[in-house]
Amino acid sequence: MSETTATQSPSSPAAKEKSYISTESEWTFELINEYDRAIAECAAEYRLDTYPNQIEVISAEQMMDAYSSVGMPVGYNHWSFGKQFLQTEKLYKRGQMGLAYEIVINSDPCIAYLMEENTMMMQALVIAHACYGHNSFFKGNYLFRTWTDASAIIDYLLFAKNYLAKCEQRHGIKAVEQILDSCHAIMNHGVDRYKRPSPISAMEEEKRQRQREDYMQQQVNDLWRTIPLKNADKAIENTLRFPEEPQENLLYFLEKNAPLLEPWQREIIRIVRKIAQYFYPQRQTQVMNEGWATFWHYTLMHTLYDKGKVTDGFMLEFLQSHTSVVYQPPFDSPWYSGINPYALGYAMFQDIKRICENPTQEDKHWFPDFAGADWLDTLHFAMRNFKDESFILQFLSPKVIRDFKFFTILDDELDDEYEVTAIHDETGYRAVREQLARQYNLSIHDPNIQVWNVDIRGDRSLTLRHTPVDRVPLFEKDVNEVLKHVHRLWGFDIHLESVEGDTTINTYHCPVSQSENALDPRL
Amino acid sequence: MGVTHVIDRRLNGRNKSAINRQRFLRRYREHIKKAVGDAVNKRSITDIDRGESISIPSKDINEPNFRHGKGGRRSQSHPGNKEFVSGDRIARPPGGSGRGGSGQGNASNQGEGMDDFVFQISQDEFLDFMFEDLALPNLVQKQLKDTSNFKFVRAGYTTSGTPAKINVVRSMRGAYGRRLALSGRGRKKINQLEAEIDALSKSPEIDDPALSKADRIRALEEELNGLRRRMKKIPFIDEIDIRYNQHVKEPKPSTAAVMFCLMDVSGSMSQLHKDIAKRFFILLYLFLRRNYEKIDVVFIRHHTSAKEVDEEEFFYSRETGGTIVSSALKLMRNIIEDRYPTDDWNIYAAQASDGDNWNDDSPRCSKLLAEGILPMVQYYSYIEITPHEHQMLWHEYEKLAEAFSDRFALQQIVDESDIYPVFRKLFQKQVENV
Repeated sequence: MSETTATQSPSSPAAKEKSYISTESEWTFELINEYDRAIAECAAEYRLDTYPNQIEVISAEQMMDAYSSVGMPVGYNHWSFGKQFLQTEKLYKRGQMGLAYEIVINSDPCIAYLMEENTMMMQALVIAHACYGHNSFFKGNYLFRTWTDASAIIDYLLFAKNYLAKCEQRHGIKAVEQILDSCHAIMNHGVDRYKRPSPISAMEEEKRQRQREDYMQQQVNDLWRTIPLKNADKAIENTLRFPEEPQENLLYFLEKNAPLLEPWQREIIRIVRKIAQYFYPQRQTQVMNEGWATFWHYTLMHTLYDKGKVTDGFMLEFLQSHTSVVYQPPFDSPWYSGINPYALGYAMFQDIKRICENPTQEDKHWFPDFAGADWLDTLHFAMRNFKDESFILQFLSPKVIRDFKFFTILDDELDDEYEVTAIHDETGYRAVREQLARQYNLSIHDPNIQVWNVDIRGDRSLTLRHTPVDRVPLFEKDVNEVLKHVHRLWGFDIHLESVEGDTTINTYHCPVSQSENALDPRL
Repeated sequence: MGVTHVIDRRLNGRNKSAINRQRFLRRYREHIKKAVGDAVNKRSITDIDRGESISIPSKDINEPNFRHGKGGRRSQSHPGNKEFVSGDRIARPPGGSGRGGSGQGNASNQGEGMDDFVFQISQDEFLDFMFEDLALPNLVQKQLKDTSNFKFVRAGYTTSGTPAKINVVRSMRGAYGRRLALSGRGRKKINQLEAEIDALSKSPEIDDPALSKADRIRALEEELNGLRRRMKKIPFIDEIDIRYNQHVKEPKPSTAAVMFCLMDVSGSMSQLHKDIAKRFFILLYLFLRRNYEKIDVVFIRHHTSAKEVDEEEFFYSRETGGTIVSSALKLMRNIIEDRYPTDDWNIYAAQASDGDNWNDDSPRCSKLLAEGILPMVQYYSYIEITPHEHQMLWHEYEKLAEAFSDRFALQQIVDESDIYPVFRKLFQKQVENV
């Protein structure tokens, strides 16, 4: 065994005092506890502030379960999770996909899943990565701090699961499934991008849910009041538009204003919306979050090694895993599927540390603020106050751009050829950096669709407006399907117009024509 | 720094997703049923009894959302530049914008050549889908209505019954209790009197001219004897003491079935005919296996004479000669009478033939079935594997089907793809006509 032979090696750097936690690759619960203690000690030295950890050892099948409920430890029931599970199972059984070594949940205590198949080294790696890396990110990053409430999420998910189960009993599985399908279709457009939502708390939710039902119904009824208004009011009323401002959160708008929904249906929309909102910070901080966790598992493992707690063999096994995690295939590789967030994030955090410790002339020129500053302070500052987009804009250095050999390609429909607009050279750094930041801007990634107008006094039709960026159109095949879902929630005609500047480029309608257009029977 | 809890969750259920999987199957049941139906026809006979991979077109399973399509003007940064410099122009690769898109997974979302969504269903699920909506004919009736098959179970004691069922212990216990109860006061009095006499005889003579000591004793003894006589009259056992063992009849559901496979192996039946017949028999067998604990299969093949054979010989040995169907029916009736009493066995029969029969024999078959066999069986199905005109046998059987519509069915099969639909038709869930 490499571990045991390695321990005999006299030339090991930390030869002075060695107290290996383990030398075998089998893990035990005692060892997990011991490694956790050792790692926690190191993490404290680096001021990593975390929620308490709850490490759960699970089997591969259970990992697939966890996968298919998109990481929600208690998920409500829906066929799409079953589909996800079948897909994962198939890929896994055919060996086309390895399972993630861990899943970690932004909750307090922070729940991390460890697979029983992992070796001791992997378990230690996962503990460092998830329980101290991700965990401290969840607790420290401003997006998570303001948008999610880690202490309440598990209770809320439980509330949601029970509530939906109750709805299924009362209104039938199918009725609930339909609403969920429709909500899922516009889930990405069910988040407040700028406005901070009120934190969710399960107890409050349950307490208030009944009151809210009555109140909401009342509000909605008020909007659709049919008693004629006084003439004076009417004049004003006619000039007013509804909503007064375009609204970006479609789910929120439908929940509050859809005329025909039952209270329980509104509550379901709310549940999906809350969950979308909970996951929104994770979508916005992929590079940072993974980069941060990867940086720390690397650093913590080396600290353990320097303290003489792990063997050379352990480190070799670790480095092998680590390198494959941070591997970035080039664009022309068959393995290329976009930028690896682990690779980019890890490289950037390492680079920040380097700039602080050994700044070059170039670094001093590009990052006068922190070149030569305390690296740990800078790292913590970066972790706390940025999301992917701003993090890249602020911290991506020419060196990392050169290391990754980034280049930017412009693909214009009107042009027969691609154009390389910038590469990793003096003139291209800024352009590449801006482009990369844009790629992580979710409001560019997701089409910009907002609630534009409701014909309150007329046919009650709802008009959505899509504002294309750089003439990028919507994916046609899905648009009509999604509109059917919106139509189901709203209950009256839906129009969607793509408007660039003042010209309407394209319009979609649901129902498609005046005739009774049958919905897909499954919908 | 918080405390870490390590929890072993491996023993928790691993099928957390089972319900979501069920939801998925429910939603796509039409697709799955079709795939299962196709599979039944395509599969080789021996491996009907396993799972199946189901494929559903991606477009049906897609979860739509608002996203970007291709087109417009878009930039994208990629890693791994080798020879490009700013201003280079590259020919657009065929197949559109390819990776240039900023939408995720563009490549797979465009074009018609999408992969189907493929997944496995288990053997159980496969059979469930296969047998969906089918019910064993008369199964329920057999269990609930058939009065010929009962067993007696003990159900306590009763005060009336036949002498053979007297429960001695219970009866004696009752008698003893009754005697104790009825004689209680008398025995007390007797004891009292005895004590009095005893005391009197020991006491010294007192001078009482009216009642001498001997007189008093005699009077007491008389009373005592009277009491004793009365006590003797309490019967040792009385009619009201008698208890009988109580038994009640309970219907006994038969959990065993026997399946008769009858096949014509005359020269006119080719191997293809036999294969089709075999599949039909297998379906029936699988179907029965899911409903009964124990199943016997009896193979009877016939040409001009019938013979009970094993499975191998039944399907694969070749015979020639004419056809007399009634020989098989006679043999079947004999076997039933010998080995399968209808009280204990649910009897199913499936007959496969190409319709050839010696013409004089067909009415005889009909009579045999109507009088000898059909009253005893749960279900008798006849499949005729022929693309040709029906012959005498079919017409005779048609009459039977009218008379015994609850337990006799006949269907024609032309080629392999007919098997499953015909099977379903034969065993279509019968509407309970109550």
